[in-house]
This record gives sequence, structure tokens and C-alpha cells, in this order.
Amino acid sequence: MPRRWRWLIPYLFLIPGGLWLLAFFVVPMLVMASVSLQEGSLGTGYALTWNFGVYPEMIQQWAPQFARSLWYALVVTVVTLAIGYPMAYTIAFRGGRFKSILLLLVILPFFTAYIIRTLSWKLILADNGFLFGTLKDGGILDEGFRIIATPLAVISGLTYNFLPFMVLPLYVALEKIDPKLVEAATDLYASRVQAFLRVTLPLSMPGVFAGSLLTFIPSIGDFINSEILGSRATTMIGQIIQRLFLNNNAYPEASALGFMLMAAVLGLVFVYARVVGADQLTR
Amino acid sequence: MVAPALSLATPLPDRRPTVGTRASRLVLPVFTGFAVLFLFLPIAVMIGFSFNDPAGRQNITWQGFTLENYLTVWGRPDITGPMVTSLTVAAAATLVSTILGTLIGMALTRYDFRGRDGLNLLIFIPLATPEIILGASLLSMFVSLDVQRDIVTIVIAHVMFNISYVVVTVRARIAGFNRSLEEAAMDLGANEWTTFRKVTFPLIFPGILAAALLAFALSIDDYVITSFVAGRDITFPLWVFGVSRLGVPPEVNVLGTLIFVVALAFIAVQVWSQRRGISVTPGSAR
Repeated sequence: MPRRWRWLIPYLFLIPGGLWLLAFFVVPMLVMASVSLQEGSLGTGYALTWNFGVYPEMIQQWAPQFARSLWYALVVTVVTLAIGYPMAYTIAFRGGRFKSILLLLVILPFFTAYIIRTLSWKLILADNGFLFGTLKDGGILDEGFRIIATPLAVISGLTYNFLPFMVLPLYVALEKIDPKLVEAATDLYASRVQAFLRVTLPLSMPGVFAGSLLTFIPSIGDFINSEILGSRATTMIGQIIQRLFLNNNAYPEASALGFMLMAAVLGLVFVYARVVGADQLTR
Repeated sequence: MVAPALSLATPLPDRRPTVGTRASRLVLPVFTGFAVLFLFLPIAVMIGFSFNDPAGRQNITWQGFTLENYLTVWGRPDITGPMVTSLTVAAAATLVSTILGTLIGMALTRYDFRGRDGLNLLIFIPLATPEIILGASLLSMFVSLDVQRDIVTIVIAHVMFNISYVVVTVRARIAGFNRSLEEAAMDLGANEWTTFRKVTFPLIFPGILAAALLAFALSIDDYVITSFVAGRDITFPLWVFGVSRLGVPPEVNVLGTLIFVVALAFIAVQVWSQRRGISVTPGSAR
């Protein structure tokens, strides 16, 4: 290739994939924006009427489900962080030659279908399943004891499903930390707690940031866990969007809700990025 | 018998911290062990119940051990059909997204060009978008354009959400890549294509392989996006979800177990070959 055309090479590399993302991510987003402002029905067709009113209408109608999804996702993020940080820390600093085996164990759930994992979890939590059923027969648990169909079931399912997404980025961040830095801190009379809080924790913040996003984002939009493990009282916004789209064919309403969810997520991501001071967002 | 005497002779304040530290040293590994058990529990249940011999449709209580499900599953086209669809979709989506994503990864790591920040954003935002939005927006577009939804639309969607993951994975590998190896090849008279074929590609291949495995896993696992873009053809997760209300037959556990075992074997081979790679160049372990 002649030298003066060399600047074209990167574009040749990125154009096929870039066009794919443009056609099947960016354009659909724009279509969804336009659909949300249309009125009509599947039978008579839709017309763009710039019906912005659908947004406040949808917020009003589905505020509890919206708030619940946000709340569940926050709880799940905090719980996975609380479980995942010690795990990642142990694997990174104490794993020794078992490191890769331990990591493999962490990603084991990925090798089973998400749906099957969640159905198995339902089996575990079932009222008269092999676990609680046996405990009840043995008189250890009260007959009325129940986890399935409660918020706890949904949150535990989400926590289970997304825990590896928290552990992996945390591990990557912690693994990079040079143990000599922690040693230096203790040599300079920092206690182990101080050394952790002032050296290890700040250095692992990129992992905390990435892990929180990777658990929060799929949790807030999830509808599988609540559908399988929950009840009407645990309905999340993802279930509403899915039903409006696929069962009711209420495309404008569903699109509007989808857009608000997307805006909420991106808004929170950027605020969080500011708070944590992560400049690695797009890197 | 010496120990009590010693402990009496040694002042207590000196011993206490050691005992405390010793106990606290166990806390983290024990905790991690329980967490790993937590992760493995549903999989153990899935594998266990693939050997169950349920009386009715419901495969939820243990009735007795049987290997029969491993034979009957092959005579259930209603289960194996969606599985074949899933495997086809995953293979196609992996192939296309790995090629497209690797090209973008190379462009981002090896060249300076205008629009780099925009491209980075285009890669990042799909990762930060809940899957349900990705699926819903694609459905909006397909409905607006009156597109027939079938296996093709599923592949289109899977390639879309896989590209970003492939770019991120491949980029991480190319970023740690030593350019002087390529320069050496060129100095020794290799042209650009030969250099790519003989030096660059073999070096970044582990990254590409990891990206392809990830893409395959994400694709075969996906329920949320697929539920929006599937029409005539349904994938294995969609089929399982559909029957889950009535009761999941043990044959589903059989297929789940088989996939699990195959995936485990794949990863084991990868880990093993990586280990060998590390032992060749000890300095690059970190």
C-alpha cells in the first residue's frame, strides 16, 4: 500500500465492527427513542406524535417497580462487594500456587446456563425442597419458614448470579498491587489495618469500580431472578418492560420505560465515576 | 508436656497476638472456601438431579438414581432441537464477533487516528447498558422495519453484544505486546504480511482464543436479549424457561451437565497451556 494511504489502515480495521455497532446498537436506540414518542396500536399502526407525556405517565405508573429495582441492585452490589472483596483478596495474596484453580472455581457458574443456574437456585430455596423440606421434617425449621417468593430469594439469586462479575475485576486489581508497598507501609509503623486502608484499598479502587458496575448494571435490568424466584411483590422494572414489549405489544410505553432505565443507569455510572474518581471509564 | 511449662514461663501478653493472628489468618481462607461452595451449590444440584428418576413431570425431589436420562435425552428432539439452534447461533456469533472485535482491538492499540475517543465510547456504552435495553431497542427496530425474526436476528444481536467483550479482551493482550519483536522480523527481511502471520498473530492468538471462548459462553448462555429478538427459532435457554412453569424434565439437567463438563475441559486445557507458557518465560508471570 502506498505510503500516503497508510492513514486509512486503522479505519479499514475498525469499519466492519464499527458499522455493526452503529447499525445494531446506535440505530436501534434512536428507533426506540422515536417509538417512545409515538402513539397508536399494533393493528392501526403507529404515528410519531412527539407524545412526551408518556414519560411522566410511565414513571407515575411504575415508580414502585423502578424504585424496587434500584434498591435491589444497590443491595446486591453491596453484598457481592462484601463477599467478593475478601474472596479476591484471599485469592490474590494468599492463593499461592492454587491461584488459577481458585479463579477457575469462581468462574465455574459461567459454564452453566444462567436459566438453569437460577432454576437450580429455586430448587435449593423451595419450601419443601431437599434442603428446607428436610430441615422442616427434622423439626429444625418452623413449618411456616419460607424464603422462596420473598425479596430475600430474589436478592440471593442476583447475588449468586453476579458474584463472579465482582470477584474477577477485584482480583485483577488486587493482583497488580506490589506486596512491597504494603511491606513499606508496615515498616513505617502502619498497623495492618492502616496499611490496608491507606495502601491496598485505594490501589484496588479500579477493581471496586469495575466490579460494582458489572454487578449493578445487569442486576437493575434483570427479570429472570424475580420471575423465577420472586412473587408479584418483588416485580422488577425489567419484568414490566419485557411484558409491555412481548405480551402487551405496548411498544411506546415499553420504549419510554426502557429509555428511563438506560438514562438512570448511565447517570448513576457517571456520578459513581466522579465519586470514585475513575478516569478509566473509556480506556 | 513441655508446652504448658513454656507457656507458663512466657509472659502472656507476648503469646496472645500470635494466637489471635493465627486464628485471623484462617478467617479469610475459610470464608473464601464457603463462598466457593456457595457458587458451586446450584451446579452440584443441577448435576445431581440429572441422575434423578422423577415420578412425574416435576424434577424437584430426589426419587432415586438412574442413568436413563443420559440415554432418553437423545430421543427428545424438543430439547435437542433448541440446543442445536443455540450451538449454531453461538458458533456463528463467536466467529463474526471475534473477527470484528479483534480488528477493532488492533486498530485501537496499534494506530493513532481521529475519532478514537468516539470509538472507545461506542465500545464502552453497550457494556454499560442493561441487556434488556439492548434487546428491547433491537426489537423496536425489527418491528419498525417489519423484519422477520428468526435465527438470523438472534445471531445479529449476539454479535452486537459480543463485539465489545472481544475488543476489551483482545486489547488487554495486545497492550502487553512487545513491538520490537515485529521490528526484528522486519529487520530480518520479512514483509508486513509475513511479519503478521509469523510473529504478530501467534503472539496475540491466546488473547483471541480467550475472547472467542468468552463470546461463545456469553452467546450460548444468553436469555434476556434473545427473548426479544427470537421469533420462529428458539434457543435452549428460551426453551428451558418456557417449560420451567410446568416442570423441567431431567433431560435438561443432562444437557446442562454435558455442557458444563465440556466447558470445564476446555478451560482446563487453556489453564494448563498458559501455565506452560509462563514456565517458559518466568519473568512474564505478572
